[in-house]
Amino acid sequence: MTQHNLLQMFFYFIIIILLVRPLGWYIYRVYEGKSCGLNNIFGPVEQGCYRICGIDSKQGMSWKTYLYCMLIFNMFGMLLLYLILRIQYYLPLNPESFSSIPPDLSFNTAASFVTNTNWQAYSGETSLSYLTQMLGMTVQNFLSASTGLSLFVALTRGFSRQASGTLGNYWVDMTRGTLYILLPLACILAMALSAQGVIQNLNPYQKFYALQNPIEEQTLPMGPVASQVAIEQLGSNGGGFFNVNAAHPFQNPTPLTNLLEMLAILLIPAALCYTFGMLINDRKQGWAILFIMLILLIPIAIMTVISEQQIVPNFISMDIQQTGNMEGKELRFGVFNSAFWTSLTTATSNGSVNSMLDSYTPLGVFSALWLMHLGEIAFGGVGSGMYGIIMVFIIAVFIAGLMVGRTPEYLGKKIEPFEMKMACVAILIMPLFTLLLTAIASVTTLGTSSVSNPGPHGFSQILYAFTSMGNNNGSALSGLQANTPFYNIAGGIEMLLSRYWVAIPVLAIAGSMAKKTFVPKSAGTLSTHTPLFIFFIVSVSVIIGGLSFFPSLALGPIVEHLTFWGYHGS
Amino acid sequence: MDMKHIRTASRLLLLLTLLTGLVYPLSITGLAQLFFPWQANGSLLKKDGKIIGSTWIGQSFTSPDFFHGRPSATSPLPYDAKNSSGSNLALTNPMLIHALQTNIHNLHLLDPENHQRIPIDLVTHSASGLDPDISPMAALYQIPRIAKVRGISNDVLTHIVDQYTMRPYAGFMGEPRVNVLALNMALLSHSKAG
Repeated sequence: MTQHNLLQMFFYFIIIILLVRPLGWYIYRVYEGKSCGLNNIFGPVEQGCYRICGIDSKQGMSWKTYLYCMLIFNMFGMLLLYLILRIQYYLPLNPESFSSIPPDLSFNTAASFVTNTNWQAYSGETSLSYLTQMLGMTVQNFLSASTGLSLFVALTRGFSRQASGTLGNYWVDMTRGTLYILLPLACILAMALSAQGVIQNLNPYQKFYALQNPIEEQTLPMGPVASQVAIEQLGSNGGGFFNVNAAHPFQNPTPLTNLLEMLAILLIPAALCYTFGMLINDRKQGWAILFIMLILLIPIAIMTVISEQQIVPNFISMDIQQTGNMEGKELRFGVFNSAFWTSLTTATSNGSVNSMLDSYTPLGVFSALWLMHLGEIAFGGVGSGMYGIIMVFIIAVFIAGLMVGRTPEYLGKKIEPFEMKMACVAILIMPLFTLLLTAIASVTTLGTSSVSNPGPHGFSQILYAFTSMGNNNGSALSGLQANTPFYNIAGGIEMLLSRYWVAIPVLAIAGSMAKKTFVPKSAGTLSTHTPLFIFFIVSVSVIIGGLSFFPSLALGPIVEHLTFWGYHGS
Repeated sequence: MDMKHIRTASRLLLLLTLLTGLVYPLSITGLAQLFFPWQANGSLLKKDGKIIGSTWIGQSFTSPDFFHGRPSATSPLPYDAKNSSGSNLALTNPMLIHALQTNIHNLHLLDPENHQRIPIDLVTHSASGLDPDISPMAALYQIPRIAKVRGISNDVLTHIVDQYTMRPYAGFMGEPRVNVLALNMALLSHSKAG
C-alpha cells in the first residue's frame, strides 16, 4: 500500500460516511410514508399504481401475508424474465438477431436476477438483445433490490412495534422503495456515467476499421449500458451488460466512473445502518452496525490490495519489471482500484467485477471467498445485508445471555427459543448448500469437467461458484465453464433457496417480535452498541464463517498459497 | 390465500416493469443522446471520414512502427471488441507462464537490442481484452524500437508520450496511463508532418 492508495481508500470511506446520514434519513422517511421531496413527481405515479392494482395502502399485513405476497411477486417476476429469455428472438429491439436462450441457462439466469445474485453464465454482448437487457435484466435489478429493502424494513418494524400483528404492506414498500429510492438514484448515476463515456444508445453494433488494419471490418458492441450499470451497482445486483462486466471500457471507462461505481456499491447498504437506527429510534445501534461492518471489511480489503501488489514469484525469473499482479487487471484501475473493488463487491453481495478474479493471487482469492463466507453481512446486499447481520445479533445476544445467565434481549425484546431456531435456520442454510454442492461438484465429472485451472485453484473455482451463488453474490472465477446443465440447474436452485428460504425465518422473527412488548431496561440489560459488544459480534461472525468454511479454504486458496510461495522461500 | 393478492402481484409487476424496464432506460437514452451524444454513442473517432474505433476500446497493434497495447485474451482474435474476455488463467497455471514467455520473446524479437526489463503490463493480459491504455513506463520501453523504425528521435517520442500521459485525478485517484490509440494517431500525424 502506497500513501496514494491509503489516501484513496480514506477518501472513499469519508465520502460514504458523509452520505450515510442524509441518505439513511431519506430512506427512513420513504418507508415511514412521510413526504420526502419527490412527492410532486412520483406521488401521482405511486397513487396510480395503488389504484390500478387495487392496493389499500393503509392496510398492514401479518408476516405470513407479507411473505406470501413477496413470494408470488418474485415468482411472477421470475416467470416473466424466463419467458423473455426464452422468446427473445421473436421480440423487438434485437438488432443483432440473437437467438432465444436455452431452457437451463434461462432458468439459471432468471433465478439469478430475481434473487439479486446476478450470476452470469452467459456473455451479455453476444447473447442478449437490448429488449432483454432493459425489460428483463434492468427490471429485476430494481425489483430484487427493492424486495431486499422491503424485507429489511419489515424485520425492523417487528422490532419497533409492540403488541402488533402487522409488519406494513409489502406492495407499498415495494412501490415506494422502487419509486423514491432506487429510480432517482439510478437516474442521477446513469447520467453521470454517460457523461464520462459509458454508452447509452439503441444503435446496432458499430462497424469500424482499425488504425493498423483498415481492411478488415471490426465491430463495437452498443446498447443501453449506463441505465443498467447504474442500478446494477446501486442495487447490489452486479449483473453486467458485457461479459467482463465493469472491466469493460464501455461500462467503466475512466478512474472517475470507477470511483462513482464503487461508491454506488456501498452507498445504500451503508445508509441502511442509519435508517435502521432511526426506525428503531436508537441511532447508536445503527452506528454500531456500520462500525462492525467496517471492521469486518477494511482489514480484508487491505490484505487483498497488499497481496496483489506483491511481486508474483513465478515471474521472478523472467525479464519483467514487476509492479504488482497485472494479469487480468485493467491499466486505468491498476492493482489498487482492482483489488479494492474486489473487496467491496464481495463484501456487499454485489458481485460485479472490474478485474478477473481467476488470475488473482491465492490470498486475493482467499479474501474474496472469506468476505462471502461471512454470509454477506459486512454490508451485504441492499436490505439482505442488514437482515443478515441482525440474525447474527440475535445469535450473539443469545450466546452472551447464556454466559451471564439472563434471558437474552435485543432492542428491548426478549429473544426466545422460536427466534433462536429461526435465526439458526437463516444462518445455516448458506453453508449447508454451499458445502454440499461444492462436495458433489468436486467428486463428479459433472462438476470437475468445467474446471479450467489445474491443482488447488481448480477446487477454488468450484468452491467460489457455489459460494457466490449461495450468497447471492454473483462474482466468479470465470475460467470455470459455468454454462452446463449441472451448474445452471444446481446453481439456480441454490440461489433460489438461499434467497427465499432465508426470507421465511427472517419474516417469522419479524412477526413474532412485533407481537411482543418491550421489556423495561434494567441494570442487567445487555447494551448492544458498546465497544465490547462490537468486538463480540465481530468475533461471532468470524467464528461462524471461519468454522464453517476453514477446511474448504484450506483445500483451495491456502494450499495454493503455500505452493505458490513454496519454491521461493518468502 | 385469496386471488386478490395474485391479481395485485401481476398488475404491480407489469406496471413496475414498464416503468423501470422501458420508461427509465428510454428516458436516460433520450437525455444522454441530448446532452452527451458523443459519449453515449461510444466516443467514436474518425479519420478521413471513416470511423476508426472508440477512444475507450483498445485495438490490436502488432507492427513495429506502432506503440503496442497490452496482450489481449479475446478469441478468436485479440482485441475482438464484441467478445470481451480475460485470460482467466491462474497465476499457478503453467499455461500463463508459457503465454508470458511468448509475449516477452515476441517483444525481444521486434527489438533485440532493447535490454531494459519489460514493464509487467506489456506482457500480462488485461481483464477485458480491450484495455485502451498502457503505463507510461510501457510506452517509454517501446520508444527505442519506434525511433529506429520511424526515424524520429527519442526525445521527440518521449515528449509525445509525456504529452499523452493522463495523470491521476487530483494527484491520487487512478493510475497514470497512456491511451495507445491516441498515442499512435499522434505518431501518425507527427510522421506525416515531419
